[in-house]
Amino acid sequence: MIRSDVLKTLIPMISDQLVVSNIGLPSQELHLLDDQPTNFYMLGTMGLSSSIGLGLALAQKAKVIAIDGDGSVLTNFGTLPTIANNPADNFILLIIDNGSYGSTGDQPTYAGMKTSLAKVAEACGCDNVVECSAEDTAAAVQAALDGDKMTIIVSKCESGNIKVPVIDMDAPVIRHRFMAEVSRLNA
Amino acid sequence: MSINQKIVNDFIKNKIEFVTTVPCKQLAGVIDEIEASKDIYHIPSNKEDEGMGLCAGAYMGGKRSAIIMQNTAIGVTINTLVTLIQYYNIPLPMLISYRGEIGEPVACQVEMAVHTKALLNQLNIPTYHFHKQSDADELDAILNHSFMAKKPVAILTDASFWQGA
Repeated sequence: MIRSDVLKTLIPMISDQLVVSNIGLPSQELHLLDDQPTNFYMLGTMGLSSSIGLGLALAQKAKVIAIDGDGSVLTNFGTLPTIANNPADNFILLIIDNGSYGSTGDQPTYAGMKTSLAKVAEACGCDNVVECSAEDTAAAVQAALDGDKMTIIVSKCESGNIKVPVIDMDAPVIRHRFMAEVSRLNA
Repeated sequence: MSINQKIVNDFIKNKIEFVTTVPCKQLAGVIDEIEASKDIYHIPSNKEDEGMGLCAGAYMGGKRSAIIMQNTAIGVTINTLVTLIQYYNIPLPMLISYRGEIGEPVACQVEMAVHTKALLNQLNIPTYHFHKQSDADELDAILNHSFMAKKPVAILTDASFWQGA
């Protein structure tokens, strides 16, 4: 399974949840599969999906799923100690780890070589770290949603991309409709 | 009231409830005051672009946020300021120690100081320079301006400003 296959299996459980989606193809794939006002698409700024997700989870009550990639976590490694030391039990960080920089042409990342992101997250102090196969990801996300503990999921999948259009929506529109959903879920 | 208390009081008056910090010697007192405040969630970040991501998320979650950092961070955060904070119209007060100005003991700090205002100007970020303690009288209005305009603002605080603390 490649990333878009994993995302497809997640739609039934994340469709009505607050989702912060990583820059590039992950956001474009999610937008194509299931555009929702509860999705915050990052159009730029590689690496900050987990940080935006944590800030959002700490500021309000609804559950937040940040979808990140191995390359993006590698570029913002400082995020993992911050997450570990500021736990938000409504926060799920899903790292889709395909061992490559998918949006830029599938160049290999160190996460696909000797570096284990799950072990790094644990070493940083994150308490609930789950590494799973692409096939088991939906069950892991559902279990995290059913629980009330901050969870880091590292989903090991294959490298590869589908053809998707870029997101045409204006950034302030994405933010505005997303914030309206945050208000609704916290009402 | 100390200048650090005054700054934090103005943050609270403007309903800022979420503050991230990356330390600087000049900012140590105000960071202590943020940490001690019951009204503000203080979340230290490891790098300033990470901090801006945290602030963007908190703002979308309904909490006004701010970042406290050194001017060297302008070099670190240009992409984040442009493609996240400005592109999505997110307000972000940035209280910045303006290292490398008159009174600076570390020569290397001057290298970034000479670029600081030019970079902020290039990014069209409203910039305010606090040189005397009385300059902080405007802080309340500057914070209000950031949230009204949904823009980042830079408040540069130099060594002369902090010496009076």
